[in-house]
Amino acid sequence: MQDKILDKSEVDALLERLGSEYDVYAPLRDQQGSVEWAALDSSSDLVWDFSNTGVSPKRFVFPQTECMMRFNNRSDDPEGMIMKQEQGLQRQQALLNIRPCDAKALKALDSIYCRDQTSNDVYWRDKREKTLYVGLACKSPCPTCFCTSVRCGPHYEEGLDILLVDLGERLLVRTLSEKGAELASNLSDAPDEAKQQAAQQKEEAEAAVRSQVGLENIQSRGIMELYEAPMWDREHESCLNCGVCTYVCPTCHCFDIQDETQGEHGRRVRNWDTCMSWLFTYHTSGHNPRGTKKDRFRQRFMHKFKYMPYKFDVIGCVGCGRCTQSCPVNIDVTEVVGEMNEPDLN
Amino acid sequence: MRNNNPYLPYPVRIKRVEIATEDRSLRTFELEFLHQEDADAFRYLPGQFAELSVPGYGEAPIGIASSPTEGDTLLFTVSKAGLLTSHLHSMSEGDVMGVRGPLGKSYPLQEMEGKNVLILAGGYAVTTLRSTMVWLLHPDNRPKYGDITFVYGARTPGMILYKELLEEWETNSDANIHLTIDNEAPGWDKHVGFVPQIAEKIEPSPQNAMALVCGPPVMIKFTQPVLDKQGWQSDQIIMSLENRMKCGIGICGRCNVGPHYVCKDGPVFSKAELDELPKEY
Amino acid sequence: MQELTQQIRSAAKRLLQEERVDCVLGYREGTVPMRERPFFAYTPEEADQLVWTRFCVNNLANFLIGRQDRVAVVAQGCVSRNIVGLIQEKQLSREQVYVLGLHSPGMVDSAKVQAQFPNRVIHSVEEDGEELLVNGADFQERVKVRDVKRDNCYTCTHRNAVIYDEFLGEQGEETGGGNIDNVAAPWENLSLEERWQRFEETFKDCIRCYACRDVCPLCYCNQCFVDENQPQWCGKTVEETDVHTFHILRAFHCAGRCTDCGACESACPVGIKMRRLTSKLEKDIRELYGYSPGLDLESTPPLSVYSPEDPEPFSTG
Repeated sequence: MQDKILDKSEVDALLERLGSEYDVYAPLRDQQGSVEWAALDSSSDLVWDFSNTGVSPKRFVFPQTECMMRFNNRSDDPEGMIMKQEQGLQRQQALLNIRPCDAKALKALDSIYCRDQTSNDVYWRDKREKTLYVGLACKSPCPTCFCTSVRCGPHYEEGLDILLVDLGERLLVRTLSEKGAELASNLSDAPDEAKQQAAQQKEEAEAAVRSQVGLENIQSRGIMELYEAPMWDREHESCLNCGVCTYVCPTCHCFDIQDETQGEHGRRVRNWDTCMSWLFTYHTSGHNPRGTKKDRFRQRFMHKFKYMPYKFDVIGCVGCGRCTQSCPVNIDVTEVVGEMNEPDLN
Repeated sequence: MRNNNPYLPYPVRIKRVEIATEDRSLRTFELEFLHQEDADAFRYLPGQFAELSVPGYGEAPIGIASSPTEGDTLLFTVSKAGLLTSHLHSMSEGDVMGVRGPLGKSYPLQEMEGKNVLILAGGYAVTTLRSTMVWLLHPDNRPKYGDITFVYGARTPGMILYKELLEEWETNSDANIHLTIDNEAPGWDKHVGFVPQIAEKIEPSPQNAMALVCGPPVMIKFTQPVLDKQGWQSDQIIMSLENRMKCGIGICGRCNVGPHYVCKDGPVFSKAELDELPKEY
Repeated sequence: MQELTQQIRSAAKRLLQEERVDCVLGYREGTVPMRERPFFAYTPEEADQLVWTRFCVNNLANFLIGRQDRVAVVAQGCVSRNIVGLIQEKQLSREQVYVLGLHSPGMVDSAKVQAQFPNRVIHSVEEDGEELLVNGADFQERVKVRDVKRDNCYTCTHRNAVIYDEFLGEQGEETGGGNIDNVAAPWENLSLEERWQRFEETFKDCIRCYACRDVCPLCYCNQCFVDENQPQWCGKTVEETDVHTFHILRAFHCAGRCTDCGACESACPVGIKMRRLTSKLEKDIRELYGYSPGLDLESTPPLSVYSPEDPEPFSTG
């Protein structure tokens, strides 16, 4: 790890260097005035003051719709029924100003997508390896942020190649990987006062994360104790079972695989899917293992806060608060988790 | 992109199709790999499954009915139910399709060594138990196991799968074979009644034994109390779950039961394991 | 608004105490600014959580579908119209539901408020008469409610509940002052190519989370056409064809039934303006059939029945 310094007026030079090797994406202000991920054309478009994007950047590694393989849809062509693998990412990509929570989310998902030799999602891995993560430390967390409660934080470094800290006219550039170090190699070392300023900012940002959840009781409780807790009866009541929470979430990662044909062209695609949908688990026989709204509602929280920690030792949440913000009926993740962690579940 | 893409099916050819039951709802497919290296790579054990893949129709997870001791071809008995399986039923010998696998965990064949084995099968859930029986009865494996009792129930004589093989086991193996149908039928001289009733009648001893139980939910429901009464402990009872699946490799999240992925951590679970999990299967 | 909150609470308590209903469906305070949430109060104590503000953007009629118990429901104009629609379509019986009618003040579009404060995080918003008090970590500002209402509230035609068992507060101004045809009409002035372009632009950000569908009291099908796979009417991707198919078919399924409650736009996480489509359908139904949805328990939505007198202006014969 090294701390370098970069004057904001010199960001162009850095971008030029990035652009020569990578397709660069960043959170940019769109026509409606909200900040969302888009391809970066000019450094003047960069936004330095924003909380976070409405939709997470997971799509750069896990596109909502992704062609996995193709086939020739002709029954008279014996080779047609043999799948041809789709090519990987053609050019490397850089996610500039990604929030530390979003980078950590991708890192956390590696434990599922690249679990072992047989569970080795080549599509995920291909993009993970070809992506550079240049983080921007969070200055003003939202009221819905609770990253510090879930092993994350406004300056969290895991999953990043570089962490930028916005010091006003300058950026502190903290290199966190070889790729990152290489990119910042021609920058000068950060002076001590800049490092101090960044450290102070970190402290302030962490203190500004006002929502907190406890997880200790969730961790110590058995799966069935949590599963059968009476809280679910009321908590799910207003849930619509739409997929907003899962689609804006940086760690929700379930998908569907489908074949599509058009004339002679055939492809196997995967699309984001959501455990909120009744169809997700519906058997052809008509049986549905998660047949009620309550079952589906419970699954999402159990998956993130009990099952994933139990199985992979990662929390399936980075505390970005997007689900709470986007939920049409304002189901608040911190409230639900708070209930799961209550000393007395009854 | 890397070559070891777990989503990419091996190309196979349908070598043989057989209408497996009198109601024509089940067909058995024998598949041969187009490339020998794929056959070599496809190393499986009884209890595992594969995704059958037909371009344009998708994939369906189906238990492997053949045993690796039978050679390089694979056997699948498929019920006509959804989009893919309906289309599969219209396919013929010589057609090319795909197979992805082997997937999931096998039955605990090692743990079963030195023990008596009870197999309770109902309906077409018998498929992976066929695989298991063939494997257990193979001369290389048979000495490692104690008594083998195989109970298999179907609605009618015409719904019994793998008839020739069953006859072969009845006459030429040392396994105790109990076949049963739901109601009396002309010419039927074997058991009549549901699998749990037969299990009650033959009183298999739980002493140094393990039971593999596979069948429709109603069979499982009524078998359990019988085994409980006979003193079987939940860690002696092995079951196989079926949940909706897509990726088959423990990623897409569809088949989750509690923290486990049925496709990767299962489909084989002990009853003791399942007792600790939500009944989301 | 404070006063109406009190009236809702006391009505709810009374109904629960007298066991006239099993629960009261209303709104309670949300945890994020400008979003109250649907809430079922089962006891008089729980009724104390009910609120009535300009941030009540969910259509509560949606939450009545499939319920077997007797429910009292807080209903402004559009919600009451959807209750009428559900009764017409036999999804609900009139006896089962006790309508606490209200006059809608016009609800706030949180995105419009946020747009006035780019780069700033809003921590809370309070109502203060015809203004909103917007608070952030280091600022407090006022905005006028009339500038930040939801689009559909400007063009509302029935702000008072159209059916009710009791009306809380005073009946008020019936319309929002705007003309819905101004939303619908622009389409009519566009060339075919421009229409298509506008249409594509409208739906380009859709992530197919189906919040618009799931928040809508018209979308109660057991199995939505997008979820069917034999045959599969609509692909699952976020590519244009599939996204367009979903939105076009959904809009047509809702034609002649949509009350322009705006719940879909309020629910959309990416700010899609579905009303650009539905307002045109609303206008067509009104002009072709002389029908406005959800006003009359005895009538039937025009696209649900055949009449020899049905107009056929689209007929090429």
